[in-house]
This record gives sequence, C-alpha cells and structure tokens, in this order.
Amino acid sequence: MTTVTEAPSKIDPRNWFSTETREKNGRRFAYLFLVVSITPILIGYSWLLIATFSVRTRGLLPVNAAGDIGGFTLNNWKFLDDVEIWKAMLNSFLIAVAMVIGVGIVSTAAGYALSRMSFVGRKAFLSMTLVLHAFKAEMLLIAIFFVLRWLGTKPLIGDLVGFNTVGGVALVMIALEIPLGVWLMKGFFDNLTWDMERAALIDGASRFRVWWQIMLPQIRPGIAALSLFTFIVGWNAYLVPFTFTIGTKFSNMPVFLNQQISDTAPVNWNLVAAIGMFQMIPLMIFFIFTQELLLNIYAGGSKGGN
Amino acid sequence: MTQDLEEAPPPAQPEALSVPRRSRYSSMRSTLTAYGFMAPVMVLVLGFFIIPGLILATLSFTSLADSNFQEAWEFIGFDNFTRLFGDAFFPKIFRNTLFYTFTTLALFNLGFALVLALVTTHIPRRSGFFFRLVWLLPRLTPSVVYIMMWQRIGAPSPFGIYNQIGPQFLGATGGNLIFGSATGAWIFVILVNGFVGASFGMIIFTSALESIPEDLITAAKVDGASTWQIIKDHKLPLIKWPLLFIATYQTLSLLTSFEFILLLTEGGPGLFTTEVWALTAYKRALKSYFGNSQWGFGASWAVVLVIVSLLLAIVYVKLFKFNELIEEPKIENL
Repeated sequence: MTTVTEAPSKIDPRNWFSTETREKNGRRFAYLFLVVSITPILIGYSWLLIATFSVRTRGLLPVNAAGDIGGFTLNNWKFLDDVEIWKAMLNSFLIAVAMVIGVGIVSTAAGYALSRMSFVGRKAFLSMTLVLHAFKAEMLLIAIFFVLRWLGTKPLIGDLVGFNTVGGVALVMIALEIPLGVWLMKGFFDNLTWDMERAALIDGASRFRVWWQIMLPQIRPGIAALSLFTFIVGWNAYLVPFTFTIGTKFSNMPVFLNQQISDTAPVNWNLVAAIGMFQMIPLMIFFIFTQELLLNIYAGGSKGGN
Repeated sequence: MTQDLEEAPPPAQPEALSVPRRSRYSSMRSTLTAYGFMAPVMVLVLGFFIIPGLILATLSFTSLADSNFQEAWEFIGFDNFTRLFGDAFFPKIFRNTLFYTFTTLALFNLGFALVLALVTTHIPRRSGFFFRLVWLLPRLTPSVVYIMMWQRIGAPSPFGIYNQIGPQFLGATGGNLIFGSATGAWIFVILVNGFVGASFGMIIFTSALESIPEDLITAAKVDGASTWQIIKDHKLPLIKWPLLFIATYQTLSLLTSFEFILLLTEGGPGLFTTEVWALTAYKRALKSYFGNSQWGFGASWAVVLVIVSLLLAIVYVKLFKFNELIEEPKIENL
C-alpha cells in the first residue's frame, strides 16, 4: 500500500499536501481503531497472566492480604502434583492427535477426489458440505449418543470408540471437523496445476500413488495448516468430551478445568487461571512459531467466484 | 494403471475394436477409484450425520426420558411438537435465537470481520498482520479459559476488571455486569461470540482483498476517488463471493451454536433471558438440572432447528447460486 500513496502525488503535484495529509490521518485513525478493538483481548490475557502468579486480584491488580499491590506466589502451580491433571492432559493429547490423523487422511483423500475426479454424486456432495454445516453435529449430539452406545456394544471396537472412551470422543470430533476440512483441502488441490499429475498418470502410476507421492507433498503447507488447526480444536474440545464422558476418567483438560469452576465450593480463580495457563502452553508455542500458517488456513476455502 | 493409458492422447490405441468396451470398463474403474477416495468421508457422514439425523427424527416422536430409558420406546405422535409450540417460553426463545444470530452476524461475524479486513490491509503489511494475529487469539483459546476471562472482566467490584477501569456512565457501577441485567447479559453474550466469530471472515476477506490487483486501486485514486468510494465501488463488488459465503456459513454456525452461552450464562440470568434454541434442545435432552432429561422432547427442539437451518441453507445455496461456484474437475479422464 505504500507505493499507492505516492502514486497520485507524482501525477498531480498540486494535491500533494492534501492527499498526503488525508492518507496520514486515515492511517492514524486505522491504528487507533485497531488498538481499541484488541483491548478486551489484551485485558483478558493480562488478567490470566497476572492471576496465575498472584494470591488474589482486584481487577487487573494483584493484591496481598492488606489490600496493597503485591502477593505474588507460585502456589497456584501446585496442581502439577495432581495425577488427575496429567491424565486429563494425556486424554487431551490423544484426542488431538487422533483428530489430526483422522481429519488429515479423510479430508485429503476426499478433497483430492472432489478436485480431480468426476463421479456421480460429486456436485451433490459439494453442495451438501454447506448443508451439512446446518446439520452440525452439535445439534445431533442427542442422537450421536445412541450411535456411540451401539458402537460400544460391539466387541473390540467397542472398547476403542464406544461411549465414554477417548476414541469415541475423537471419532465424533473428527466427523464434526470433516465438512470444513474437505472443503479446505479441495481448495488447496484446486490451486495446483495438473502437469505433474498427468505425466505420472500417463507413465502408469495409480491414482493412489499419484495422490500419495505427487499431490500430497505439493500441498504440504495446506496440510500443515489443517493439522495445526485440527490439533487446536481437539486440544480445546469441551462440548463433546463433556457430553460423552462420565466422571473424570476420560475427561480432558477443558472439562477438568470447568469442573474446578463449577464446583459448589468457592472458586479459587487464581488456581483456575494457572490451570488455564498451563493448558495454553502448547497453543502459545504454536501461536509464536507458526503465525503464517495460522493466518493462511482458510485461504484454500476462499476461492469464491473471482 | 493401464486403463488410464487407453484414453491418454499420446499413446497409440492398441486395438481399435476393443476400445469402446475397454473405455466403459475404464470409466467404471475410475468411478470406483473415486468412491474409494470418498469412502472414509462417506462412512463418517453416514454414521455421524445421516443416521443420527434419522435417530433424532425418530426420537422426537417418542416419550423417551431418564425415567423410562430402559423400556421400549413409546411413540406419542406429535405430542412433543404440540408441547414445544405451546411452551410458555417458546416465543421468547424464538425471539432470542433470531436476535442472537442476526445481531452477532451483522455486528461481528460479517460487519467487524469486513472492517478489520479493510483496515488491516490499508496499513503496512506487517502491522496489519500483527493485528489480525491478535484477533485470531480468541479462536485459538480453549473456550473454558476464554469464557473465564470474560467472566473476570464482567465480575462485580472489587474483582471485576471493567468495574475497575471502565467509566461509570458506561455501566461500570460495581455490580455483576453479566448477571446484573438482561441488557448486560446480552452485551456479553454477543461480545463473547463476536470476538471469536469475526476472525473467520476477517481471514477470508483479507485474502480476497489482497488478491485485488493494485493497479485497479491506484487508477481509482488517480481519478480522485475517496477511500470510501474505492471501498464501495471497487473493493466490495470484487469480494462479493466471499461475503455471501461468510454470510451463509456464519448464519448457520450461529443458529446452531450454544457452547459459549452454556458456559457463560447457561441461558440466564433468570428465566430464559439469553437462552437460544440450540441450548434449549441440548439442556432438555442431555443436561437437565432436575435429573430428568427428556430425550424425546429435547430431540423435537433439535429437529425443528435442523429443519429450519436446512431450509435456510437451501435458500442460501439457491439464492446465491453457490452451485455455479463448483468448478468442473480438472482430470475427468486422461
């Protein structure tokens, strides 16, 4: 955009001053607007950070027993001795990893077929992805309970993906993420030229081999972005684990955390903040090191008609 | 495989006579391959969308509840639906749902998303990137932690953050801002959802705006167009499709979403103040306070909502001609 601001001044020197001033004011206003807009987000995170390391907070200020600023402590992190939280963390991790693998394989396979092959039902399926969104699994949770319960009665797979198992939660979450995943992956495949693929097919490679060896490496950024987002969705999952697990045995971090808040005893907000902070460590690492990927995730789905 | 060879332009046809039969065979083979790639997604769609959809529809005609869970399903015709539409709070929940969906959509998921995309592409690239990244943060935060932050912002004095730093004439009077009044509760419900919802549209609009050729904007500026005219006459028409897509997608998202409301207010304060349709369905069927989950009745709420959103999705698809967006596949046959 910087080049744009200079363009009019070259062409019409008389307007140089006014155009320049207007641009400058416009930009100042833009910054002001953006800074104000992110204030609530920054405040929320500041509180989380401050509360984690203090005995109690008044608004954003950490205070000690006398009401003065101070009272910093590491006691809130004592929960790390609790075995339950490590179990919950392991469950969170398993759900997230299962989702990354499941959503990755299913969406890239379907995305490839939808982008490159012609078959009966292709158009119908593509329109359906949008309609499926209306049919969101959140709304079907009541009925999915019966599907999981039925799966639970089957030998072998029952222990893996039935009701009240980590596998069952992961499976439901995979299904929930599939429509968007397929749509995004199709977008990434659409952006590829088909020269290499065509050459390989002429040379006698099978479709599967083309998909696995030629196409997937080319959309690696897309797969990385999808995996990242799926991991985050799985790591943060609350509603499905909350609905489909009973007790603490199979609950994950968000469910564990919410139990600390909704217990009948008075909530220790600083302890809860520390658990929340702990849960966000992997996300913060992603956030710092994979910014470009994060902001490009939806690029594949935004093709539209232009 | 070899069947792909037959139709490829460069290689010579081996036997002219057998070509038609082989090509039919090969097209069947390639259809089968396509279905092979689609099989996993089909299984999931069948198992977690279509079959549950049918179960849900069946359930809505039964009286299934915690009390008779072990017995055979008792079919009670349209009783659940009669009860639903006769519910004293039905009009309120209906109005709440419409208000919540379209206010959040207009203000944040569409409105703020567009403004953010326009503003962050107006300033230097790196700064724009930074602000978009911060706006993405709420989406990445676990919902439980995210809601916790807002609860602390709205908490009563001396703990609440807004009560500490906000101006008194703008509501910082020391009380509980979320549960103190219906207006306060709604403001928080919409902000909480909006701050997550806006980033989806923001990212899509940004990538659409960045793909507009810069010459076009420069030309308009040379012609003396103001910033507003450039946005209205040049930028908006060029990102028409992403706008329509987001409008559709987010209407449906908001209509069926309830997780944040469940965590923030559980539909309160008081009776059904911020309760939306999807939350009612969920609470009736799965998380009843009184230990008497009414599966059948809850399912009937969900069924009505699914039907409404399906109709809406079909209307949107037809209205915006989304089918025209679907390109033909690149390789039908070699």
